[in-house]
Amino acid sequence: MIRLEQVSKVYKTSTRPALENVSVEVDKGEFVFLIGASGSGKSTFLRLLLREEVPTKGRVYVANFDVARMARRRVPRLRQSIGCVFQDFRLLHNKTVAENVAFALEVIGKPRHTIRKVVPEVLELVGLEGKAERMPNELSGGEQQRVAIARAFVNRPLMLLADEPTGNLDPDTSQDIMLLLERINRTGTTVLMATHDHSIVDSMRRRVVELDLGRVVRDDARGVYGVGR
Amino acid sequence: MRASFVFSEVVTGLRRNITMTIAMIITTAISLALLGGGLLVVRMIDKTQTLYQDKVEVSVYLTNDVSETDPECAAEPCAGLRAALEADPAVEQVDHESRDEAYERFKRIFEAQPELVKLARPEALPASFRIKLVDPERPEVIDQTYGGRPGVESIADQGEFLDRFFGVLNSLRNGTFFVALVMAIAALLLISNTVQLSAFTRRVEVGIMRLVGATRWYTQLPFLLEAVVTGIVGALVAIGLLVVLKVTFIDDVLGGSIQSGVVSSVDGVDILLVAPILLLTALVISGITGYVTLRLYVRT
Ligand SMILES: Nc1ncnc2c1ncn2[C@@H]1O[C@H](COP(=O)(O)OP(=O)(O)O)[C@@H](O)[C@H]1O
Ligand SMILES: [Mg+2]
Repeated sequence: MIRLEQVSKVYKTSTRPALENVSVEVDKGEFVFLIGASGSGKSTFLRLLLREEVPTKGRVYVANFDVARMARRRVPRLRQSIGCVFQDFRLLHNKTVAENVAFALEVIGKPRHTIRKVVPEVLELVGLEGKAERMPNELSGGEQQRVAIARAFVNRPLMLLADEPTGNLDPDTSQDIMLLLERINRTGTTVLMATHDHSIVDSMRRRVVELDLGRVVRDDARGVYGVGR
Repeated sequence: MRASFVFSEVVTGLRRNITMTIAMIITTAISLALLGGGLLVVRMIDKTQTLYQDKVEVSVYLTNDVSETDPECAAEPCAGLRAALEADPAVEQVDHESRDEAYERFKRIFEAQPELVKLARPEALPASFRIKLVDPERPEVIDQTYGGRPGVESIADQGEFLDRFFGVLNSLRNGTFFVALVMAIAALLLISNTVQLSAFTRRVEVGIMRLVGATRWYTQLPFLLEAVVTGIVGALVAIGLLVVLKVTFIDDVLGGSIQSGVVSSVDGVDILLVAPILLLTALVISGITGYVTLRLYVRT
């Protein structure tokens, strides 16, 4: 599903590589934590998968896409098969919850009757039934993140990338979001989550890939955040 | 492609930057109206030129004495002059115009200005030979041959006057085109700026669109259409301005000269011919400006 082969990324404006010789493989349906201190290269890793950045060296494969080398006009197709959520939710504040979710389908040209059908379904899945007509600023942080997850998942992507999705949430709310991501993972969706939240990683007991200064320093099948930290 | 989505994005975009939209429409309209005005002047020059093409004449004015005493051109020196002119191989046609006939023609030309007609007396107008040349490009031969002969007061080459007249029209046209160009640059910069502004105000939306895999059609077409729609509205306003200009200025001020055949008119057909040119210009320029701006300043 995801394969990085000896990938290095050096940003033009920086001297030290953000990623250095990273090789990671993730199978379909896996749930993987990408951990490491701030600046260790987690976000860069995710951006490479989305073709937001291209690697300086090495190859990146996502599903059947040779991400680093594919033609630009095919990038939208890659992104349609990946859902994304972020620490800052990135909702449109002039649209309701339902409109925010529908937006993701409208802009990729899905027919209206499909949108009318699947939006309520996904809102129910993330536990926001009854809040479809609310505006984002009438929701708690946890609820806003649920909207973002609904938007990322509404097109049934092959994988979900989450960049510190609980970074702005309190521990209890974070736990709810994790349960939701787990539920999504159980539908067969690969989930890759960047975080530096110890307790979450420790409680989930899933695969952990740890980055340090752009290098993979650990890849445990059922890991915890780190002993002695 | 969801047309309704793109359409509503365009409308929201235009309404959000309403002041910029208006500024853009006004500059585009003025620029295009000037361009259209220039094109109309070109048409007017063309048509007036054909109007005169086979009418360019050289007038041989007769002295006051001859004008007064020989209205039929029966006596010397008038009759001799006529015979000489008729025999001249450079001359195609000769018409004698008596003082009274000259007065009649004067009244006809200036019938829109009765005050002027009242002021004029037949005695002030000379009788003349109106000569059509075989080669209208060489009017000086008449002056060389007949200037200074008895009974000839002066020789006037209408072509010379027309050259000057068309010279004025040509500089008018060039001036209009120049101002149109300057305004077009202003319109271009405004369009470019508005597209950037629009893209900036919508960067969050566009970011999300890119992330969920929207194609360039969806992320960029709304901005492009915004530019094109304002361009077209500008062109329509420009066409409206031209119609108003025709009705108020050309028909009113130049009305008399047009009726008497001094200059050619600008009619509805001319504006109909110019209108599609303006629309097309607006379409192409705003489209290209929008596209280039998106390419240069907006990440896809
Ligand atoms: N757009 C960028 N331009 C230059 N340097 C960047 C850019 N994005 C990230 N970096 C640098 O790359 C390194 C890794 O950053 P990032 O991938 O954001 O790490 P993390 O998400 O783990 O905090 C950092 O040193 C950061 O300063
Ligand atoms: Mg990060």
